[in-house]
Amino acid sequence: MQDQSEIIRLEADAVNSARTRQPLYAPRRKIFPKRASGDFRRFKWIVMAITLGIYYLTPWLRWDRGPFAPDQAVLIDLVNRRFYFFFIEIWPQEFFFVAGLLVMAGIGLFLVTSTVGRAWCGYTCPQTVWVDLFLVVERAIEGDRNARIKLDAAPWSFRKIATRVIKHTIWLCIAVATGGAWIFYFADAPKLVADFVAGAAVASAYVTVAILTATTYTFGGLMREQVCTYMCPWPRIQAAMLDETSLTVTYNDWRGEPRSRHAKRMALAGESVGDCVDCNACVAVCPMGIDIRDGQQLECITCALCIDACDGVMDKLGKERGLISYTTLNDYNANMALATAGSTHPVNPALVRNPDGRLSNKVANISLRKLFRPRTLIYLGVWSAIGLFMVYALLTRNRLELNVLHDRNPQFVVLSDGSIRNGYTLKLLNMVPRQRSVRLSLKGAFPAASMSVLGSGKPEGGAFDIELEPDRLKTIKVFVRQAAGQAAAPFQEFKFVIEDNAGGERADYTATFNAPETAQ
Amino acid sequence: MSDKHIDKISGVSTTGHEWDGIRELNNPMPRWWVWTFYATIFWGLAYTIAYPAWPLLTSSTKGLFGYSSRAEVVQDIAAADAVKGSYVEMIKGKTINDILADETLRAIAVSAGGAAFKVNCVQCHGSGAQGSSGYPNLNDDDWLWGGKADTIQQTINHGIRFAGDGQTRESVMPAFADVLDRKQIQQVSTYVASLSGPAAEQSNIEPGAVIFAENCAACHGANAKGNRELGAPDLTDAIWLNGSGEAAIAAQVKSPKMGVMPAWGDRLGETSVKELAVFVHSLGGSE
Ligand code: SF4
Ligand code: SF4
Repeated sequence: MQDQSEIIRLEADAVNSARTRQPLYAPRRKIFPKRASGDFRRFKWIVMAITLGIYYLTPWLRWDRGPFAPDQAVLIDLVNRRFYFFFIEIWPQEFFFVAGLLVMAGIGLFLVTSTVGRAWCGYTCPQTVWVDLFLVVERAIEGDRNARIKLDAAPWSFRKIATRVIKHTIWLCIAVATGGAWIFYFADAPKLVADFVAGAAVASAYVTVAILTATTYTFGGLMREQVCTYMCPWPRIQAAMLDETSLTVTYNDWRGEPRSRHAKRMALAGESVGDCVDCNACVAVCPMGIDIRDGQQLECITCALCIDACDGVMDKLGKERGLISYTTLNDYNANMALATAGSTHPVNPALVRNPDGRLSNKVANISLRKLFRPRTLIYLGVWSAIGLFMVYALLTRNRLELNVLHDRNPQFVVLSDGSIRNGYTLKLLNMVPRQRSVRLSLKGAFPAASMSVLGSGKPEGGAFDIELEPDRLKTIKVFVRQAAGQAAAPFQEFKFVIEDNAGGERADYTATFNAPETAQ
Repeated sequence: MSDKHIDKISGVSTTGHEWDGIRELNNPMPRWWVWTFYATIFWGLAYTIAYPAWPLLTSSTKGLFGYSSRAEVVQDIAAADAVKGSYVEMIKGKTINDILADETLRAIAVSAGGAAFKVNCVQCHGSGAQGSSGYPNLNDDDWLWGGKADTIQQTINHGIRFAGDGQTRESVMPAFADVLDRKQIQQVSTYVASLSGPAAEQSNIEPGAVIFAENCAACHGANAKGNRELGAPDLTDAIWLNGSGEAAIAAQVKSPKMGVMPAWGDRLGETSVKELAVFVHSLGGSE
């Protein structure tokens, strides 16, 4: 047993495993995840820093758009109905860009899930990230797993109260900061923060912060794994998206079993022993309170912390890492078949090892190539197609638009000289944050047509110059008139055209001109 | 629950109810469910205390917050009035031509006038201000009493042939059935029709012109272009208030129809009339 002396066995109970979990009406049993360390934990710290950084800092990035638009890089301006994202400005009628992004997010999730399983859950889901953050605080104040268990069981004392108060205060601060950051996406952040502190911000800002503070604190601090297990629909949906080639965190019992706490002794006695020394390290670190050795479970968010924990143990034992690993069901089955001689025998770890004790090279391992299969390629294709289309649409979209409403009541007006007049309401959209002057003219016009703009003087060469305010819609009333007896048909088509006087963009709109049947 | 009924498979006691050999397990509710249930009860009670709810004999409890939807509407209206207020003041203080020159004020006056038009004017002039037989079309460029902004305002303020207003616009067209005989009426009608289109009976035109000069030119002018001082219509254009063609003209000559428009100044007030005038002026046919 000397070679295992450094392995500390933990009395860790997987409180949420199918064997031990309480009925739903019983009080929840608390989980005290132990700190894990290793490659995945390190990766998760980085992901956490990036995602939290993006969330908290984005509203503070500035982006100069000139004097007529806000200089906040990312801003959802609900009052003026604009969405700003760095160099992109989106008007409400361009909402399909946002819808496209949502579709991409959905398909992206399909893609990720079918290849690397519940990576979203394990690494980037806000619930996971914030629970991680709250656990960091908890550990810093109350200590690691054992200390926390002890404290939890201890009677109320000054120290216990003090640590609890400090912990919850910090949690609440984080929660307020989280709720607070959210509202900065909807208004100019520096101004809003001043208003907010001074009590001068709009009521909805305070309500939003209050609600998000409450949800962050409750979900991240108090409910934790229950949110994933009971409230979130995603674990159920994702289960339908995994297949036998998706990567999941798996306990490789084909090399771990039979597990034993006395491996050496049993090995000496000639009995077959697997790699698992039943140290419970994997159970102790699990934030979901399960034992991965029971197999794939709905509760597992694939945070991979048990991989880190077990890899640490394997390192100490001088065995190959990967007793718990990211594995596909196919590989697992192949290896299982190897270890059980085609499932004719119980697991015999000797079958997956060479005589020298190293893992046999018949053992199937993950390979990047297996991730490329029709299903993932189709997801990738659809995802990229939508992405490329959106980029194309974004690059070629027009920032000058024209909409025309034809007067219907009356449809036409006969004037005293017998000419016919139709009225139109033109909406000119100047979707850039600078003043523009456009020239409005008729194109493909029917014979003897002339145009006038309400409130403007005479046209120059049949066209009108119209000043458009930066980033605004302008509504003008236009009358088109046709001399008596010229109407070729009761409905004549023509185009309104607007052209940027500075060159560049133009927009047109096909409208009709109504005349009485008798006027032809 | 009696211990007799224990489900063998789950080990959970049953309610004792049985249907076709199927027993109902008596599992307690999940805790989240129970707590949500209590929370809703608490919420329901608190809500009925905070807001008007419990019926009393003649009214209901007022609620701790003293909320009332009527009071909310009153507040909303006051808030809307406050926003409108400054513009209404500006419109009140300016002449109609100043309003027309100011793009913002004009737009506000047009929408306010449009709303007033829908309530007060559409009954006669139509929802698109297109009029109908006997009721002038306000979209066109033919104006009996003048199509400038201030003359329109004057017309709306005091009405036409409206007995209740001393400054109303007055004019009477005599009934020529008593003055002219049938043939003369026929001739003058043909003449008038010929001014804006082809005439059926060429031989009527010359005598018709003579009759016109003697009887009609005093009001409609020697060239039949009308007279806005008197509200006498232009007879040479394409627009006919009471119908075009010889028959309609003859009917009007015999016993004229003369419209009445109420004076709106006293009823709607100076500002509304101004807004209405801006609206009508913006329909496109004004001068
Ligand atoms: S799987 Fe690894 S971490 Fe878990 S008990 Fe076995 S040896 Fe320990
Ligand atoms: S079983 Fe492992 S991967 Fe799954 S939630 Fe627990 S620690 Fe994370």
